[in-house]
Amino acid sequence: MSDAVHAHDDHGHGHPSGIMRWLTTTNHKDIGTMYLWFALIMLFSAGTMALLIRAELFQPGMQLTNPDFFNQLTTMHGLIMIFGAIMPAFSGFANWQVPLMIGAPDMAFPRMNNWAFWLLPVAGILLISSFLLPGGAVAGGWTMYPPLFIQGGISYDLTILAVHILGLSSIMGSINIVTTILNMRAPGLTLMKMPLFVWTWLITAYLLLATMPVLAGAVTMLLTDRNFGTHFFNAAGGGDPVMFQHIFWFFGHPEVYILILPAFGIVSSIIPTFARKPLFGYASMVYATASIAILSFTVWAHHMFSVGMPAAAQLFFMFSTMLIAVPTGVKIFNWVATMWRGSLTFETPMLFAIAFVCLFTIGGFSGLVLAIAPVDIQLQDTYYVVAHFHYVLVSGALFSIFAGIYYWLPKWTGHMYNETLGKWHFWMSVIGMNILFFPMHFLGLAGMPRRIPDYALQFTEFNQIATVGAFIFGFSQLIFLVLVLKTVKGGAKATDQVWEGAEGLEWTLPSPAPYHTFETAPVVK
Amino acid sequence: MAVGNAKTLTKLIVVTIGMFGFGFALVPFYYKICEVTGINSGAEQSLAKNTQVDTSRWVTLEFDANINEALPWRFKPEVRSLRVHPGQLVQVEYEVVNTSDAPIVGQAVPSYGPARAAAFFKKIECFCFTPQTLAAGESRRMPVLFLLDPAMDRDVHTVTLSYTFFNIGTKAQTMGLQKGPPHG
Repeated sequence: MSDAVHAHDDHGHGHPSGIMRWLTTTNHKDIGTMYLWFALIMLFSAGTMALLIRAELFQPGMQLTNPDFFNQLTTMHGLIMIFGAIMPAFSGFANWQVPLMIGAPDMAFPRMNNWAFWLLPVAGILLISSFLLPGGAVAGGWTMYPPLFIQGGISYDLTILAVHILGLSSIMGSINIVTTILNMRAPGLTLMKMPLFVWTWLITAYLLLATMPVLAGAVTMLLTDRNFGTHFFNAAGGGDPVMFQHIFWFFGHPEVYILILPAFGIVSSIIPTFARKPLFGYASMVYATASIAILSFTVWAHHMFSVGMPAAAQLFFMFSTMLIAVPTGVKIFNWVATMWRGSLTFETPMLFAIAFVCLFTIGGFSGLVLAIAPVDIQLQDTYYVVAHFHYVLVSGALFSIFAGIYYWLPKWTGHMYNETLGKWHFWMSVIGMNILFFPMHFLGLAGMPRRIPDYALQFTEFNQIATVGAFIFGFSQLIFLVLVLKTVKGGAKATDQVWEGAEGLEWTLPSPAPYHTFETAPVVK
Repeated sequence: MAVGNAKTLTKLIVVTIGMFGFGFALVPFYYKICEVTGINSGAEQSLAKNTQVDTSRWVTLEFDANINEALPWRFKPEVRSLRVHPGQLVQVEYEVVNTSDAPIVGQAVPSYGPARAAAFFKKIECFCFTPQTLAAGESRRMPVLFLLDPAMDRDVHTVTLSYTFFNIGTKAQTMGLQKGPPHG
């Protein structure tokens, strides 16, 4: 990923070197690289927290942690994985790939791009250092519900500040991406000719612009409730804690599509390459993505069926949620149809992409189960929900990120990764991940509540299986780290096209991609 | 190109600020929705409803007021009779006037007819619980809050609540203040 160092030597026109080079860079490739490294560091920090959680849950009773620290771990694991690992990783892909895919020389606002990235480490430090504060880190859950979030100590203020900063970073990044895609496409590259990854990021960026400010508003209200005597959510002053849930999930449901739409884009780039066929149903993919984005604003209350709402509202949110399965199904069928009778080969990116299609579908189906209001009221806050969202976020979002890294790493570094190590990483991850999360379905159906450090004896076996899977999955990510470091350092020389079936502007460039690309726009026919 | 980017930037910033405002606009919007649809208004919640009212029968309540001859007061109920369901919370008021030219302490003692209804007549708040001191010529309206226990015999169709005010004047110390409220 840091081939840009060499490229920099080729373009010695007064850039600072060392740390200042990275602090002041406005190059989309440098910034993309930093986003991806930041995401990897956060993945390992929040992953360590997940392993602590699973180690505690290996046996009933309290072993390693105390209940308060356990809740701090679950809260920070969620916040850091979502805002620190998955979202920055997708931003990294956008920074690297959007200009390359549309034939633009850089992002529209390079200095704002630099700011958008460098806000992230600040927020990351605020979040992680809050473990050291009196009272520890926030323990009220990543959803930040009052009353817990208006009662906690100093770390709650720091977390609210961190969420503000993360939101600002996302908004700046989104403005950059939308402007780049709308204004800087190569001549001839019409909207309906754009690669699907660019389409999904365009729609994701709009979702971010529509929802991140709402989250900022919600946490601002929490902040003023805590420190300035307002009573938006404080029942003691006439406020309503349920209102927070409505405002939060108005952001929170589109947010889950922010976490998955770029994944759809990555998988839609990879599957045609390794099936050696064009993507089946390109236009329907675009419309399905747009429908998912629009529908995502009408389903938020399915996260809160159990707070009490009229039957009419439950029915509305139940059916609108089920409706989202239609465009999502269109996508799944299109990917399968792309593979149908293709000349398939199974390099690591393709393996992760196929695992994505299969396992994301499992997560989608458990989501349909949870959409049924009467069932959801039973399963609310159980491990069934934990199983569901880890299937869509780990085998969905995270696997697509792995797939994308394997797919584009040769273009970024100029070296092929080690295929054997890649296959090891894939099989260990996919097996470990299923051992880890599949038993959670059974635990949830049997009634084990989430976010609780202790459990009834009858849940022991499935928890032990899940913990074994967690350690297999967690430690197999070290293979990935080694593989990436080895590929950055050296390896077989990658060709310009890298993959036999790869099509698109980025594959017309040399590997590694030079520091400055498309200074004169290519013409797309 | 740069001009186009600046234009797009301005539009997107407007969208962002608009959505920040929209987050706050959701607050009055939420309360308006709750008000229009009647969700979330505490008084309407079915859980808080009194389910102990026996709506299958009516009982006629009669209110009576008497003054002991040693007490120069006037005393009368605001209403003479009411029809209620057993279990229903009822509040009625009595009016008392001190017609003398000196302050006097009086206390009311209740009695019930028929006597077997007395055990089912549950007073929650009553002016008879405490002695009442009235200045010369002062008048006062005094509430009684009570319900009839739904367990009351079904053949009781009329219950009379009768108060008699006694002059406890200077003898307040010895006449029952220490014993607490009279039975009933």
